[in-house]
Amino acid sequence: MVEFSIWDIVRNLLMATRWTVVLSVVAFIGGGIVGLLLLYARIGGGKIANQLVGGYVQIFQGTPLLIQLFLAFFGIAALGLPVSPWIAASVCLTLYSSAYLAEIWRGCVDSVPKGQWEAAKSLGLSFVQQLRLIVLPQAAKIAIAPTVGFMVQVIKGTALASIIGFIEITKTGTMITNATFKPFLVYSFVALFYFALCFPLSWWSKRLELRMSVAER
Amino acid sequence: MKIELDFLAVLAQWPLLAKGVAWTLALTTLSAVLGGIVGVACAWARAYGAKPLAWAAATYVELVRNTPFIVQLFFVFFGLPAAGVKLTPEIASIIAMVVNLGAYATEIVRAGLDATPRGQYDAAKALGLNRLQMFRLVVLPPALSKVWPAMVSQIVIVMLGSAVCGQISTEELSYAANLIQSRNFRAFESFIIAGAIYLALAIGVRRLLGWVGPRFLFGASAKAGAR
Repeated sequence: MVEFSIWDIVRNLLMATRWTVVLSVVAFIGGGIVGLLLLYARIGGGKIANQLVGGYVQIFQGTPLLIQLFLAFFGIAALGLPVSPWIAASVCLTLYSSAYLAEIWRGCVDSVPKGQWEAAKSLGLSFVQQLRLIVLPQAAKIAIAPTVGFMVQVIKGTALASIIGFIEITKTGTMITNATFKPFLVYSFVALFYFALCFPLSWWSKRLELRMSVAER
Repeated sequence: MKIELDFLAVLAQWPLLAKGVAWTLALTTLSAVLGGIVGVACAWARAYGAKPLAWAAATYVELVRNTPFIVQLFFVFFGLPAAGVKLTPEIASIIAMVVNLGAYATEIVRAGLDATPRGQYDAAKALGLNRLQMFRLVVLPPALSKVWPAMVSQIVIVMLGSAVCGQISTEELSYAANLIQSRNFRAFESFIIAGAIYLALAIGVRRLLGWVGPRFLFGASAKAGAR
């Protein structure tokens, strides 16, 4: 048995935190880009596009992220491409985030009063201009708090990537446990690391929400 | 290259899938009931409890909401036995799910409590109800009916999250899918079918709870409270 001091546990988890953060950032940025495209398709793309995006969102919100990860992992393999946990996890979490973000942002766009669209239209702005100049800036203000809140969900979601072999905080915790036989201690530290990543974001999101509701009053 | 999909090889193992569905629904039902109770109790503690109690409830909520479910599950299943508490995978899964749902339910119920108008408290007090009666009969029913859609969503999220419980060998639906693919190597098909079943369960549970809530949980008294 390898001797692990507390510092060894913390050090290894710290190293692994990099990969949790990198995967979260990749999923969040990728999800944001795909989510924007989906949002555009949903509001500007006609009835069929609207329904397709609706179905896409329902599939990602109505199935477990774990099953999605397995599908990405084995799906890429079925296509005959080399699978790495990295690619499967980033592709899967990007699509997962895009579905949630598209839905969150659609709610924000919907909450911009209809009169704003009509006024913009009557000024002779094109659809893209209406969206870009009038509606999105107002929707964006409302969207910040729930978007920050969703970042917490993405970070927690990356923990599942450990199951397909992606080495991040949770996986590292499992590996250290297997070497030290101190699951209580190690998983406490693992939880603490996630808490340290997520709590500031949750707090920030709540503050933004509070500020918004004060501004509305 | 050509991809051959064989869904029948997976569907032939339907008894395993059925058992998985039964476990998933059993875990979800138990954790929804117990988690709901935990949520109401902690919401009460946060709103009306003594300061240390309110603080403890708040800490519990923040700890759970800012850590992944899989870590909570591993902590319960692998961590607690090291501290002397031995648990079967099923019990560990239920504990983790109740703890998880309880925290989210606390926040949801609390949002409903905030929405109860001041006058209702005064009216209840004027009728001579004690604090517990006031909470149970006057404050809670309309609060629950107000936040029921959010509660239903959270229960569905917890059900989907229970897929992780297969990792500690609780024999729920994702465990069944994993078992089937390890037998016939039809991994992609197994998880497609499992995903489709989860989707159907999510839609079904959402409909069922949307129907059950107003009829059995807060029906008559919520209406009375709203009047």
